[in-house]
Amino acid sequence: MSTATTAGSGSSGWLSRERTIAKPGFNRWMVPPAALCVHLCIGQVYAFSVFNKPMSLLIGGDQPAPADWSIPALGWIFSIAIVFLGLAAAFGGAWVEKVGPRKTMATAALLFGGGFIVAGFGIATHQLWLVYLGYGVLGGCGLGLGYISPVKTLMTWFPDRPGMATGMAIMGFGGGAFIASPLSVFLMNQVGVAGAFFVLGVIYFIYMMVGATIVRTPAKGWAPKGYVAPTKSKGLVTSANVHVDEALKTKQFWLLWGVLCLNVTAGIGVLGQASLMSQEMFPGVITAAAAAGFVGLLSLFNMLGRFFWASTSDYIGRKTTYMIFFALGIALYAAVPFAGQIGSVALFVLFYAVILSMYGGGFATIPAYLKDVFGTRYVGAIHGRLLTAWSVAGVLGPVLVNYIREYQIASGVPKAEAYTVTMYIMAGLLAVGLVLNLMMTPVDEKHHLAAEPATA
Amino acid sequence: MAQNESTTTTGSAKLYLAWAFVGVPLAWGVVMTLIKAMDLFAG
Repeated sequence: MSTATTAGSGSSGWLSRERTIAKPGFNRWMVPPAALCVHLCIGQVYAFSVFNKPMSLLIGGDQPAPADWSIPALGWIFSIAIVFLGLAAAFGGAWVEKVGPRKTMATAALLFGGGFIVAGFGIATHQLWLVYLGYGVLGGCGLGLGYISPVKTLMTWFPDRPGMATGMAIMGFGGGAFIASPLSVFLMNQVGVAGAFFVLGVIYFIYMMVGATIVRTPAKGWAPKGYVAPTKSKGLVTSANVHVDEALKTKQFWLLWGVLCLNVTAGIGVLGQASLMSQEMFPGVITAAAAAGFVGLLSLFNMLGRFFWASTSDYIGRKTTYMIFFALGIALYAAVPFAGQIGSVALFVLFYAVILSMYGGGFATIPAYLKDVFGTRYVGAIHGRLLTAWSVAGVLGPVLVNYIREYQIASGVPKAEAYTVTMYIMAGLLAVGLVLNLMMTPVDEKHHLAAEPATA
Repeated sequence: MAQNESTTTTGSAKLYLAWAFVGVPLAWGVVMTLIKAMDLFAG
């Protein structure tokens, strides 16, 4: 079989791929916690907004002083981090394939933890460029490398259930904010904003290094008991491998790029505006505090959906899973205005909970979809390049929701009804995604690597 | 070279410790979020 163990990093040091090869008797269930050590940390990025207000009052205290940083200027920190996440995942994927998971996780730990420390100095000396450089550039690169670092390793350990395995890790990314948000608030109250960055940098570095320490790759020829690697392709599931550079020349890569982009666009636009939308659609019913609870609940379903849908896809297939995302998503987005019209908060929450579970599920199921279509060998690098769809959706989704809402309100539409058109447009985007998913076919054999069985 | 998970020698304690290391903070975060989410249904 073709495993990660064959491609050496050219070094026999502790960080090398060779030193991560599991000894006989190693329990593969040790690997998901290693992946979670990384993903729970980098998932902090979803909670970065907790720093915005305190960072805008560093000089003025209770009221912003003229020299204080503005909220739009602070907003760039998150944006830069997401851009560098996409760039690192896209361009670092091949390097990740070469050096293996431990060196990648350790590098991600150094970049992400170190990025916090550099940003902390920027806050302490009130130099915004240092924060951009620290959290945005360094931290963003750590995010990208950390995100893709365990994907292939998990798939090689769990060839029988690749969706579940990667779903667990990517669930951690969704859950990281739950830990980071209250922890950051606590630390800021204890040691100030800069101090919180220093402490978080150290905590995240250590935590991610634990993951790098316990991660293992399977020895050559290893397979779980009873698992027989397929020797023939079946439907979309290939027994061959496609090189990462070759994958970009296939229509399947771009179809999946579109599938991920559209699924994320619909979800991320709503997630970013959930608080305001819930209050405007149910004026006087959903308060600001209740809206914060609503956002928390959506984040919870976003996290749980990652594990649930990715695991389910192992049984019903990736294409079917995405068909459900798109078909059910269309119905639910179209039904949201109805929930608003009849004033049913319960239905509104239920619809969005399911929608956000499928948003998370889209992220978590895509690595296994790529493995099915392109094989295991370069799946980490291919996944990294596909994540550029996330960067595009991260801009497209919020812009669509915000722009349409403002246009509607400017046209005299009541705030409670300003989201109706948006919901229908989101349903339309998902309809396009449905068509793209329907167009998915197996990759032509001319793109396959010669004699490379896609076993794990 | 198939292996049976049930016959592995990786210590169970190490396995539990690894899962607790990631599970406990995550569970704490989820509980904190749920407490916050209760406000949605408080009124």
